[in-house]
Amino acid sequence: MYKKKECVAMLLAGGQGSRLYALTSTMAKPAVQFGGKYRIIDFPLSNCINSGIDTVGVLTQYQPLELNDYIGNGLPWDLDRTFGGVKILPPYQGQGKGDWYRGTANAIYQNMHFIDLYDPEYVLILSGDHIYKMDYAKMLDYHKEKNADCTIAVINVSIEEASRFGIMSADEENKIFKFEEKPKKPESTLASMGIYIFNKKKLFAYLEEDEATEGSSNDFGKNIIPAMLGRGEKMYAYPFDGYWKDVGTISSLWEANMDLLGDDPKLDVGSEDWRIYARHDASAPQYVGADAIVENSVITEGSEIYGTVKNSVIGANVVIGKGACVCDSVIMSGTVVEENAFVGNSIVADDVKVEAGATVGGKETSPELITLIGAKNIIASGTTVAPGETKYSPTV
Amino acid sequence: MNAAALIFSNIHDSAIPELTSTRTMASVPFAGRYRLIDFALSNIVNADIEKVGIITHYNYHSLVEHIGNGKDWDLARRAGGIKILSPFITAFENNVSRKVYSTRLEALYGVMSFINNCKEKYIVLTDSDLIVNIDLKDVVSKHEKSGAELTIVTASRKAQPEDDTDQTYILDTNSDGRVTTARTIVPVDYQNEANVSLNIFVFNKNYLAEVLLDGMAHGYRHFYTDLVRNNLEKSRIMTYTYDGYYARISSLVSYYKESLRLLEPEVRNSIFKVENRSIYTKIRNTAPTSYHPGSSIKNSLIADGCVIEGTVENSIIFRGVKVGKGSVVRNSIVLQDSYIGNNVSLDCVLSDKNVVIRDGVKLSGHETLPFFIKKRTMI
Repeated sequence: MYKKKECVAMLLAGGQGSRLYALTSTMAKPAVQFGGKYRIIDFPLSNCINSGIDTVGVLTQYQPLELNDYIGNGLPWDLDRTFGGVKILPPYQGQGKGDWYRGTANAIYQNMHFIDLYDPEYVLILSGDHIYKMDYAKMLDYHKEKNADCTIAVINVSIEEASRFGIMSADEENKIFKFEEKPKKPESTLASMGIYIFNKKKLFAYLEEDEATEGSSNDFGKNIIPAMLGRGEKMYAYPFDGYWKDVGTISSLWEANMDLLGDDPKLDVGSEDWRIYARHDASAPQYVGADAIVENSVITEGSEIYGTVKNSVIGANVVIGKGACVCDSVIMSGTVVEENAFVGNSIVADDVKVEAGATVGGKETSPELITLIGAKNIIASGTTVAPGETKYSPTV
Repeated sequence: MNAAALIFSNIHDSAIPELTSTRTMASVPFAGRYRLIDFALSNIVNADIEKVGIITHYNYHSLVEHIGNGKDWDLARRAGGIKILSPFITAFENNVSRKVYSTRLEALYGVMSFINNCKEKYIVLTDSDLIVNIDLKDVVSKHEKSGAELTIVTASRKAQPEDDTDQTYILDTNSDGRVTTARTIVPVDYQNEANVSLNIFVFNKNYLAEVLLDGMAHGYRHFYTDLVRNNLEKSRIMTYTYDGYYARISSLVSYYKESLRLLEPEVRNSIFKVENRSIYTKIRNTAPTSYHPGSSIKNSLIADGCVIEGTVENSIIFRGVKVGKGSVVRNSIVLQDSYIGNNVSLDCVLSDKNVVIRDGVKLSGHETLPFFIKKRTMI
């Protein structure tokens, strides 16, 4: 039995995250760890439940095992529901047809029957590679208020950055009149956040049409949005001014982690009125030893700190040995940094062993020179991994 | 596992009135993020026991809140799972004998229907004042092999002054491990090791139902002196010797001491780092702990969701605590969601949850007598 829902969210989580390859060789990008105890996908999922959206389809494709396992029945996000809840939607083989998801629009196209189960008026499209806290209910109100066919959340970026995004030009009423995907010469600084609300009927009509168009890349940014604009549909930009970060690159992932630090962090995950939920194992509180030095850092439960940790984000069940020093780094869960080892300006994935006296990365703090260690690596005692170097996981 | 379990949530409440005036012993916070019942519940779950009743008496609001539907212990089940057994009094009943229970045995009389409805072969009983990570599978399997009707878990140790109460029972055994007497301590126990009961019992279910009916008929009130002692000859009552780490919370001072013992790695590891036997608790979804520039932490156990700007040494800090700039917290235990302002000094302080300590306040106790601050106090 299905209950009617006003709005169903569809979360695109199939991306490979090729620029994060050392972290995504065995898992989809949304499953990458962030901020000590979170995964990237915790942010859109928590936003959904905090916004009162309790029906979420998660479209998976690339390396889905870890992500499927993590989402499970949706319990950590209160999305284990009798009516609605979170549903994993992999590509499937249908009668006479069946395909991988060929693009973001095709992924939604292939799951139109899922959306129809709940007979919603609106469909919210999300992507699984951004870190932000946003009330989608407000955006939906705005969408209704404007009587729009499609509303796209936008954020103001600098003109230098603008050519990395889908850029919108809008009038004083925020009505969009132009959209350009990654323009060489941007005419505006309103960047698409990859968050769309569509009227379901309109969306389905355009998806059908797009599917029938030969040579379409079946992509929202490249095909659906331009087609709708071209036909004068009512499309509005929804300006958002909170924290938002695309963590598609190593340096932006590192920067977003660093944004958790300081007396007044740019990204506050601790506030009680907008909790970020995560699935985690049962671990004891963290222990900070008698000779440890901990400064300006975020540390997760189960960790044991015997050495020095400065300006770093430490995941769950990490051990930092005596005399070891970790600065300006992100250390993911289960990693061990043994005695007198050094880790600087790095991202070290989960279950890595940095053996005693080894050196990873450099002393200089720079988002351009991040050293990246993939999961399950062993950095042998006495060896050095140079600043900016990437070490892939041994399984690849 | 062919066993069900019963947990007594209130049995030892009177031991630490400071912490149990508004909660059960079972819901006393411990070790930064746990409640005492988490240890009993986790031991049960880790032994694949999937049906648990929690016997309550009064003040059990906090316990109900903590347990919820049991999903954090994987006990939210259609068949079995967790049940809070609230006290039962017949309406319009004035008869003294039908008052809410006051002893362990009377508590069991009150849950006869739960016991009778169990299809499991064994029933494990445990208290909630015990901090231990014990393999109950092994206890049940030894019980099964020994052919006992009742097995009681004991630790072999010398008596301590705090054992001198009617809460501590010594079980003398013959060479087979069969119990010959059940008694409180005598002076010689301070010199020689005695079998101190940990109040963890494994009963054959049918035997338990039978002795409870018999006990009711005879008006027995006391578990050890009536039920155990009267059945020593007729029934096979054995001990199981546990030789790992455990702590029993018997007073505010023992709460303080046992908490700080968690700073010793061996103690911590024997509770929290046992393979395949984690300790579970209610998930709160707090952020990782944030250590701000200028903070200094030494030898401390700190839970998630804290913001530390000052100095913390030899202390246990629970979830959601804020320690302000210039403040120094030493040898102290600060329970969840407390707010410590700037330039505060705490030494040997045990502060209950939701306490606010304003800027500049200095408080100090002694390690043998910690300074206690009541829940929701503002200083």
